[in-house]
Amino acid sequence: MREITLADLDDIATGAAILGTGGGGDPHIGRLLAASAVREHGPVRLCALEELPAGAALVQVAMMGAPTVMVEKLPSVEQVSAAAGALAGYLGSGLTHIACAEAGGVNSLIPVVAAAQLGLPLVDADGMGRAFPEIQMVLPTLYGVRATPMAIADEKGNRAVLDTVDNRWAERLARSATIDMGCSAMISSYAMTGAQARESLVPGTLTLCAELGRLVRQARAAHADPVAAVVARLGGGTLFTGKVTDVERRTVTGFARGTATLAGLDGDAGGELVLRFQNEYLVAEVDGRVRATVPDLICTLDRETGEAVTTEALRYGQRVTVIAAPADPRWHTPEGLALAGPRYFGYDLDPVGAPR
Amino acid sequence: MRIGIDVGGTNTDAVLLDGRQVLAAVKTGTTADVTSGIVAAIAGLQEQRAFEPADVRAVMIGTTHFINALVEARRLAPTAALRLSLPAGASLPPMVDWPGRLIEAVSGRSYLVHGGHEFDGRHIAELDEAEVRRAAADMGAAGVRSVAITSVFSPVNAEFETRAAEIVAAELPDAAISLSSEIGRIGLLERENATIVNAALRELAAHIVDGLASSVSGAGITAPLYLSQNDGTLMDVDFARRYPVATFASGPTNSMRGAAVLSGLDICAVVDVGGTTSDVGVLRHGFPREATTDVTVAGIRTNFRMPDVLSIGIGGGSLVREARKVREAREVTVGPDSVGYELTSRALVFGGDTLTATDIAVAAGRAEIGDPSLVAHLDKELVAAALRRVADDVADVVERMRTSAEPLPVVAVGGGSILLPDELAGAGEVRRPDHYAVANAIGAAIAQIGGEVDRVYAVEPGRRDAVVDAAKQEAVDRAVAAGASPSTVQIVDFDEVPIPYLPGNATRIRAKAVGELQLTDAKGR
Repeated sequence: MREITLADLDDIATGAAILGTGGGGDPHIGRLLAASAVREHGPVRLCALEELPAGAALVQVAMMGAPTVMVEKLPSVEQVSAAAGALAGYLGSGLTHIACAEAGGVNSLIPVVAAAQLGLPLVDADGMGRAFPEIQMVLPTLYGVRATPMAIADEKGNRAVLDTVDNRWAERLARSATIDMGCSAMISSYAMTGAQARESLVPGTLTLCAELGRLVRQARAAHADPVAAVVARLGGGTLFTGKVTDVERRTVTGFARGTATLAGLDGDAGGELVLRFQNEYLVAEVDGRVRATVPDLICTLDRETGEAVTTEALRYGQRVTVIAAPADPRWHTPEGLALAGPRYFGYDLDPVGAPR
Repeated sequence: MRIGIDVGGTNTDAVLLDGRQVLAAVKTGTTADVTSGIVAAIAGLQEQRAFEPADVRAVMIGTTHFINALVEARRLAPTAALRLSLPAGASLPPMVDWPGRLIEAVSGRSYLVHGGHEFDGRHIAELDEAEVRRAAADMGAAGVRSVAITSVFSPVNAEFETRAAEIVAAELPDAAISLSSEIGRIGLLERENATIVNAALRELAAHIVDGLASSVSGAGITAPLYLSQNDGTLMDVDFARRYPVATFASGPTNSMRGAAVLSGLDICAVVDVGGTTSDVGVLRHGFPREATTDVTVAGIRTNFRMPDVLSIGIGGGSLVREARKVREAREVTVGPDSVGYELTSRALVFGGDTLTATDIAVAAGRAEIGDPSLVAHLDKELVAAALRRVADDVADVVERMRTSAEPLPVVAVGGGSILLPDELAGAGEVRRPDHYAVANAIGAAIAQIGGEVDRVYAVEPGRRDAVVDAAKQEAVDRAVAAGASPSTVQIVDFDEVPIPYLPGNATRIRAKAVGELQLTDAKGR
C-alpha cells in the first residue's frame, strides 16, 4: 500500500480494532473523520519506515481522553492538525511527516486525518504495535525520545504546549488538561527525526491494520473462518473459544478494570478462560493457568465475524475466540516490561508470551 | 377485556383477551390504508365471540408500518437536522454517513449552530439564539415540515434542545419538532440519526395514528389506545404521534412477549417462523434480551435498543430445492428465497407450480392447508430431507443464541412454526402453545408500561449503593408516571458500566422498570 484512499479506511478500522486488544476506542468516528479529510484533501501518501530520510522531522498525533466523550462531542479535522501545528510552531521547524502513536483503535486513523489536511506523508509505523492506555507507553521512550514538548488542542481553539521533565509528567499534565478540555482532546507529541523513528517505531503497522481488515472481510465473503485468517497473519495462536458467562467491572482511578469469564465451546468445551482487563485485555488464564499476558497482544474476536470485541462491549452470552499474538520483542526487555509489563498494571505475574 | 392487534407487512392479527385468557383470535390481510384491515379484524373478533365494546378496557396495537416506510423510503416528510454543537462537530455534519437515496427521500438539510454541553454539564458554547432563528427561517423558506434537534450531551442536560425547540416553534409554528434527548442515548451521530428518522416519520405517524384511533372508535370502543414499543412496553397515542421510531422493533418483541405468556415461561428461546424468515430471540425475565451493538436500519446507524434477534431465511414460503445426492442421503435446500405474500397463488397446495416449505409441511401431515392431494405425489424421502434441513438450521440458530450451559426451553410461534419438529437437537422439546399463530397480537395485548433511566453518574467513593438506588427509584417513578400500577412495578433490567478515562468514577447506569397498565373504569377495576 503506497497511499491510503477512501476505499482503504474500512479495512484499516477493522484491523485497528483487532490490534486495539479490547481498548483504543471504537475506530468508527476516526474512520468518518479520515474519510472527511481524504474526501476533501485527497489520498494520504504512506512512507515505509525504512525509506524515511534520516533528517525527516516527524510528530505523532493522537486522540487523548475518553472514547465515550469522543462519540458525543465529535472532534474536527482542523482540531487534529491544530495540535500538530502548535507543536511545529513551538519547535520552530517545519514538519516533513506524521506518525501514529498506537496501531490500535481510533488512534490508527487520527493521524490519517492530520496527514491528509496538512498534506504530509504518513509513516507506515507506530510507537507500540498495539494499543496501550498511557502516553509514555511507547517504544521511543526506551530510546530516550521524549514525549514533550507536546501540544494539546481542543475544539474551541485552545492550544497548550507542555514541556516536562519526563514522559510520566507529560502523561499527568496532559491528562489534567484533557479533563479541562472536556475529556476529548487531540495531542501531538514525540517529535523525532527520521533516524530516531527508524530505530524506535514498529514498522508496517498501518499496512498490517489494512491487511487484517481485508483478511477478515475476504474470509467472511468466502464463508471461511476469519479468526483463523487473523491468527495466521499475526502469528501466535488461538487460546480459547467460548461463550462469555460473566463480566465483572469496577472503576479504579478512571480506568475500567474487570474480569470476564468464558465457558468453552467446540474443542474447549468443559474448559474455562478468565480474561483480566484494564481498558485493554491484559491477562488470559485457561483453567487457572496463565496462558498469555501483556505486553503480548490478547485479542478477543467475535467467533463468527472476526470483528474485535472491546472490553466495553463485552457482554454475557457473546461467542468469542481469544487469540494471543506476539508484541514487538522490545516490549519483552526489562525496560519494556517496566513500562508496560503485567506488574506495571498491578498483576503480580511474570509475563507469559503468546504461543510462538 | 383487552384487544391486541398486530399490523404486519402481510397479516393483521387480532386477539380478544380476558386477563391472560384468549377469548377470540383472528388473522386478516393487512390493507394499504392499515385502518380497514383493523376494522375487519375487530369485526372478526366480534363474530367469533360477541362482546360489548364498552367492556374493552384497552386496545394495544403493534405495527411495523413505520419501519417499513423508512426501508421503502416512502411518505417521508421534508426534514431538517439542527445540531447544537459548534465549535465542535463541524467536520461530521448531520447525515454524514447516510445512504444518498434516504437523504433525498427526506429532502435532508442540515444546520449547525453554537451550543452543546460537556460531559460534566459545562457549556461547550452558549446557545446562539440568533443563529437558531436564522436556521429556522431558512428551513421555512426551503419548505421543511419537520425538524430534528440534537445537542451535544443532551442525555446529560437537555436545556439547549428545549430552548432551541421553542425558538424553532415560534418561527415555524406548523413544523413537527423532535428532540434527541427524548429518543436516544450517548453517541451523537447514532442518536441524531434516530431523531432525524423520527422527524421524517412524524407526518405519517400523525396520519396513521389518527386512522388507528378512528377505526377503533368506529367499532364503538372508547377505551384508551396504546402502541407497543421496541422494548415490549406501551406508549399512548400522543406519544406515538411524536415518537414513531419507538415502534421499530415492536414486531419481533411482541412475538416473543406473546410466546412468554402463552407458554408460561420467563426464560426461553423463541422461534418465530413467518413467511420468509425465522427469527430467534431469547427471553429473560419475560423480556427480550437486547442487542448490545449498534443497529443499522435501512443503512442508517442508530443506537435504538433493539431485541437481540438472529434471523435465517426459512419460512412457510421458502423455496425448497433438491441440490444433489450425497451417497444415499438426499441433499435439499430450504430458502433463503421465498414466495412471500404470493404463497396462496404459487405454492403447490394452492394449485401453483412452486415447491415451498408449506407444501412440505402439508405433505408430511403436519398441517392442513390448501389442497393436500396436490402434494400427495411428493417423494417421502424428499419431504423428510427438507424437514431435516429446517430442523438442523433452526437448531443451529437456537444454539448460537444460548448464553449458558443451562437448558433453554424452546417455544415456537408464528404461522410457519408447523415446519419445526417436536424436538430440536441440543435444545430438547419444542413447545407449541395454543394460539401460536397470533402470538404477536397477544404480545401487544399483554404489554406493560415501562420507565427507564440511562445516564452517566459520578459515583463518589462509598456512595455507589445510594446512586444505584436513586437510579432504580427514578425508573420506577417514570413507569408509574407513564401509567403503571405502582404495586406491580419492578426493575427488570439493570446495567452498570464504568467509563474509562473520565474523572470521578464516572459510571453509566441503566435501569428499566415495568409494571401492569393501570386500567380504570367506572367501577374502579
